[in-house]
Amino acid sequence: MGTITVVNPGLLTTVQDLGRTGYQQFGMVVSGAMDPFSLQVGNILVGNPRGAAGLEITLSGPVLRFEKECLVALTGADLSPLLDDQPAPMWKGFSVGRGQVLSFRRPVEGIRAYLTVSGGIDVPEVMGSRSTYINGGIGGYRGRALEKGDVLTVGVNPVPREGKRLAYGLRPRYGKEVTLRAVPGPQSEAFTEEAVGTFFSEAYEVTPRSDRMGYRLKGPRLFHKEKADILSDAIAPGSVQVPAEGQPIVLLADRQTTGGYAKIATVISADLPRLAQAGPGCRVRFERIDVAEAEKRAVEQENLLRTLEIGARNN
Amino acid sequence: MKLQFHPLGDTGVRIGFGERIDPGVNREIRSFVNQLERSRIPGVVEWVPAYTSLTVYYRPWDIRYPDLLKTLKEMERIREPVSDEDVKVVELPVVYGGAYGPDLGDVARINGLTPEDVVRIHSGASYRVYMLGFAPGFPYLGGMPEEIATPRLENPRSRIPAGSVGIAEGQTGVYPLETPGGWRIIGRTPLRLYDPGREPPVLLKAGDAIRFRPVTEEEYGKLEGNGGERKPDGLDG
Repeated sequence: MGTITVVNPGLLTTVQDLGRTGYQQFGMVVSGAMDPFSLQVGNILVGNPRGAAGLEITLSGPVLRFEKECLVALTGADLSPLLDDQPAPMWKGFSVGRGQVLSFRRPVEGIRAYLTVSGGIDVPEVMGSRSTYINGGIGGYRGRALEKGDVLTVGVNPVPREGKRLAYGLRPRYGKEVTLRAVPGPQSEAFTEEAVGTFFSEAYEVTPRSDRMGYRLKGPRLFHKEKADILSDAIAPGSVQVPAEGQPIVLLADRQTTGGYAKIATVISADLPRLAQAGPGCRVRFERIDVAEAEKRAVEQENLLRTLEIGARNN
Repeated sequence: MKLQFHPLGDTGVRIGFGERIDPGVNREIRSFVNQLERSRIPGVVEWVPAYTSLTVYYRPWDIRYPDLLKTLKEMERIREPVSDEDVKVVELPVVYGGAYGPDLGDVARINGLTPEDVVRIHSGASYRVYMLGFAPGFPYLGGMPEEIATPRLENPRSRIPAGSVGIAEGQTGVYPLETPGGWRIIGRTPLRLYDPGREPPVLLKAGDAIRFRPVTEEEYGKLEGNGGERKPDGLDG
């Protein structure tokens, strides 16, 4: 039986969890939430496992009618959510009654919001994940973005809980200027020394040719010593590849598993959610850090999520 | 050669095995993958073999880079030889030419051969899957004879059917799903290289050997009908 009816799908609304890992050696794209931090917090706020599937909502949000009472949360970007005609809270679990309509107005901060529902969005698992991979036509709701008239079902939460709120000071802020920490390599030696210096000091702009696969940036040209092509190798989340024209591309959730352009650096995992919230026109700078420091940031973020999860369970 | 280790941010380590596409390098990578499969290092999520490298992905809250490096270098020391005897050989039936391989004539002409020559040479060689990438199940194959190497199309096609067998420069490959592409298409196989509803979803694995077997259109139809396989995009039903 349906729980949520899509009255209007919005610009790009997809079902996402934490991605389809384990199949990259077969060329299978990982997909998953562009901002996994917000998705996980959203799940914690409604008492779900952190990796439950939610809706990733992009810039111009959908209109959703709830056919049953549900506990939901909205995290990530503030897209001016409305429950019927009243503002809906962000970063807080709240109850939606039968027949109520959730809609969105204009984006205030960030570009990707996450709607999590107690019990999780129930779509079939494909290769261990419910994430939508649109180009491959698999996962999520029939392998595609939501369309008008789609009806989503919600799983049963074995231990239903009341909604939680994220402490105000822990809410991420999304600005027009983003500094991303990055570890040089694995092919930084393919670039001139000046290019590496430029990359870690100049500002780059997010262009409109940016999507779930990757962000194309525009700024001072980065020169290769000889050529941009390498023998294809693996692309990590956050890999910054630079084709011959010298403009960097940061690879994200729907990236190909392998690629043939030299990679100057990798954006650290803890900073990818902030890039995912930056829209076209935002300015990006890269700050060089080493692996030890990058891992420290990742562990901090993981520990915060674990603390929130335990806190939500215990009171 | 001593292996090169490079971090990919805080979630991956790239292990470099050399600079050239080479069967020996491929054997070393396969040996390493075998060890990874057996040793199940806590915190290691998955790995991606490529032409000259192997990338290992990990969770930094379960294992740190220096410890992972130590474990991987221990594996390097062990270096088990792999033989080519246990290599899986996958035979791909292919209809060459006609509507299935619209560029067969061009490949022949460009190389000063007849279409029959191209089919004989292409199906006479043994190929090795060096890596999978670009799209789910797309094999990068080594071993195509240089006599049939042909440049890519100047204008890529917007739609290439799943199963199409193509040539690009000195490489040959098979399209696992319908995508745009610029490879010269010389034939098509009815086998599904990628089926998300099947376990495993991808037919081939890095290290497998491949042979192409010429078949008639009639045989193609029979093979395609057999098994009642799902459509490659997984959207049926």
